[in-house]
This record gives sequence, C-alpha cells and structure tokens, in this order.
Amino acid sequence: MVRLITHNLLACHVKGCTTNNFPLVFQDVQVELQEAEFNPDFIRNMLPRLEWTALVNAAKQVGDTSLPLEQPDMMDDELLQKLHHALMEIHIIEGAMVCQNCRHAYPISNGIPNMLLAEHEIG
Amino acid sequence: MSRPEYQAPPEIYYGDAEAKKYTQNTRNQQIQADMTYRAIELLNLPPDEPAFLLDIGCGSGLSGEILDEEGHIWAGVDIAPSMLEVALERDLDGDLFLQDIGQGFGFRPGSFDGAISISVLQWLLNAETSHPTSSPPHRLTRFFTTLHSALRNPSRAVLQFYPTSDDQIQLITSIAQKAGFGGGVVVDYPNSKKARKVFLCLFVGGGGTQQQMPKGVEGEDDEHARFERRREKEKKRSTSGKRKNIKDRDWILRKKELYRQRGKEGVPRDSKYTGRKRKATF
Ligand SMILES: C[S@@+](CC[C@H](N)C(=O)[O-])C[C@H]1O[C@@H](n2cnc3c(N)ncnc32)[C@H](O)[C@@H]1O
Ligand SMILES: [Zn+2]
Repeated sequence: MVRLITHNLLACHVKGCTTNNFPLVFQDVQVELQEAEFNPDFIRNMLPRLEWTALVNAAKQVGDTSLPLEQPDMMDDELLQKLHHALMEIHIIEGAMVCQNCRHAYPISNGIPNMLLAEHEIG
Repeated sequence: MSRPEYQAPPEIYYGDAEAKKYTQNTRNQQIQADMTYRAIELLNLPPDEPAFLLDIGCGSGLSGEILDEEGHIWAGVDIAPSMLEVALERDLDGDLFLQDIGQGFGFRPGSFDGAISISVLQWLLNAETSHPTSSPPHRLTRFFTTLHSALRNPSRAVLQFYPTSDDQIQLITSIAQKAGFGGGVVVDYPNSKKARKVFLCLFVGGGGTQQQMPKGVEGEDDEHARFERRREKEKKRSTSGKRKNIKDRDWILRKKELYRQRGKEGVPRDSKYTGRKRKATF
C-alpha cells in the first residue's frame, strides 16, 4: 500500500533523470481510506523531510483538499490531524505515478507500486 | 541442498508456493524474528520515539510485523511479487514496493531514520544476466550509494546476510565504504557453526557516542542468550506502556464493514490474520 508519506519521499530513479524528477504525479488513482493511530510526535518528526507543496498537490490528486497551500508556521492539533489523515490514512490502491521529466510511469496495482526499471533505464 | 540464491532468481525462487511455505514455517519465523530484534537493537534508535524505517527485501513482512509491534512506521521493498502478496494478506501497516534493490532507490535524501535488511544481501552477489548493469559490484554500488543518500544523518543501516566467504564480506564492506558509509561487520556467536550471524552495521555520519561500533554477542550456542534477550524485551514491553493497545479484530472488522457500506472499493478481505493478536516474542 502506498501512502502520501512515502510518495512525498519518492523521486524518479531512471538513469539520467535528475532534474524535475519529483514529485511523481498520480494518474487514474483509486484510493482507500484506512484509519491509523494518530501519533502527533511522528508527524512533527516527519515534517522537516516533507515537501509541502508536493504534499498539498498530491493530496488534491487523491481527493483531499484539507491542507492549506502555504505551510503554516504553527502546527496546531487540528492541522496535525489533517496531516495525519493525508499522510497516513489515504492508501493509493490502483493507478500510476508518472515522472514529469522522463515520463516514466510507475504502475500501482493492488496497492503496490512497481518500481522496476528496464535495463536501459538503470543507472 | 544448495543455497537458494544459487537455484533461481529471487522472484522465481520465492514463487507462490515457496512464499507461503517460507512465511508459515514456525522455525523460520522464529529465526527471522530473532534477527529482526537484533537488527533493531543495533539500529540504536532514540528510545520511545516512533521512527520511519526502510525494510530492504521485506519479503512477506516477518520483520514488518515486529516493526509494527514496536510502534515504528516503515516502507518495505522486495523483488518477489509472491512474497509481497503474502505481506498484503497479512494486513501489515507498512507501504510496500516492488523493487530490485540492485537497481538502486529513488528515495529523496534523508528520508529514513534507519534501515534494516534480514537475509537478503547474499542475493545481490549473484549476477543474473551478462549485462554490465547486472554485475554484482555494479549492483552493490547502486544499492549502497542510493541507500546512503536515502538515510538521515546521523543514522544506521543494519543488514544481516549470509556470506559464503570472508572475501564476500570484504567486497561488500568496501563497496559500502566507498558509498560513504562508516561502520563494519558485527558477528554474533562467532564460534558457533549454527548460530553464527553476520550483521553489516553501517553508519551515516560519524562521531558521537551514538556511532560507536557495537560488539557481537559471544558464546557457543545462541539458544540460551537468545531466550534471555527475549525475556528482557518482553519485560520491557509489558512495563513500558509505550505502545497503545493494538486494535482488536472486532474493531478492524467493524471498520472494514463500515468502509464497504460506504461503497469503498478494495477494502481488504477479512483473513484469518485480520487483527489477530500478534504473536508474543518467542
Ligand atoms: C530469505 S528472504 C527474507 C525476507 C524477509 N527479509 C524476512 O526476513 O523474512 C529473502 C528476500 O530477499 C528478496 N530479494 C532478493 N533479491 C532481491 C533484490 N534484488 N531486490 C529486492 N529484494 C530481493 C527476496 O525476494 C526475498 O523476499
Ligand atoms: Zn524520470
């Protein structure tokens, strides 16, 4: 199962694809919601690693528009809850993640993205 | 019989039948669980904080189950679809990826607080085709370079594997070092033919007491020490109260039913694993 928490950390790793290779764009997705235990410390811990704009856009692509466009300076409980939902509870089940630079599509099937590269794409 | 990695490529060797057999074998569960606990110990994570971890060659999630129990969040990658299929059925919390670690990772710099890998690296020592990108040193270099960048500074990667020779250990450590890792090999029960276990314990970032090289567990036979360690873990876990109650089966079934009623597609079917009480440690 891929969630936005891992999607936000994932860039295209095709050989030579080093600029504009993040974020991968979701295409034709089916999502499933699954409740997860809320852990505000974990979310706070992850925040510095995340790209806010990429997260907001990805959340939109999977049907969640609850996050503010600009990353707020203060993280109150309400915002942490929203982040928790966007990052941890939305599972992308089917579809693809497409690189904006080289157009490689990583298909997602049964919740599992296929990250395998063809021989000529290996660095 | 010869070692699995000599018999067939991993995604073939771990086909449907073997993936089930591998996962259900209680002796195997016990061995993999033991090594997972040891790997987590060697990661030396800050206490009582959930970490974001990478499980390299996660297979059917025998380690992932323990990471869940310990309160960590994780992503797992594996090349064998059948193993991942079993992992899905087991209702674990980690995100799974179909990936060949010899092709390297695409994770952004500093993504993970640590990485573990249990019984996988020996597979990278065998070439699968004659293509240059599939030579073991090339694949190991891709693997370690992209792993190094995916980890935070400071952090660790702990990789248990089955080398056939000291030359192999040498090859692997030297490539890891060239990729920027510090650290080296920790051998548990070095004098026991059966219990001897090799852990590659790699550091990102140097300095500090956090990155002192751990010692291997001594002794001829692991059984005793192992049970000691487990008992300690059990004690710690039952008294620390670090983890909130794991959701019970009824809760999960209710939740799934609710999702189905709302017309959600792809709610995992209920299996005998659903919300089962995770096994206590052995
Ligand atoms: C002995 S199993 C261990 C599985 C799991 N770590 C455990 O402890 O139960 C070895 C695993 O390594 C995986 N593997 C082998 N070569 C791989 C590769 N190049 N990339 C990703 N996974 C690989 C296999 O598919 C298999 O699931
Ligand atoms: Zn690309």
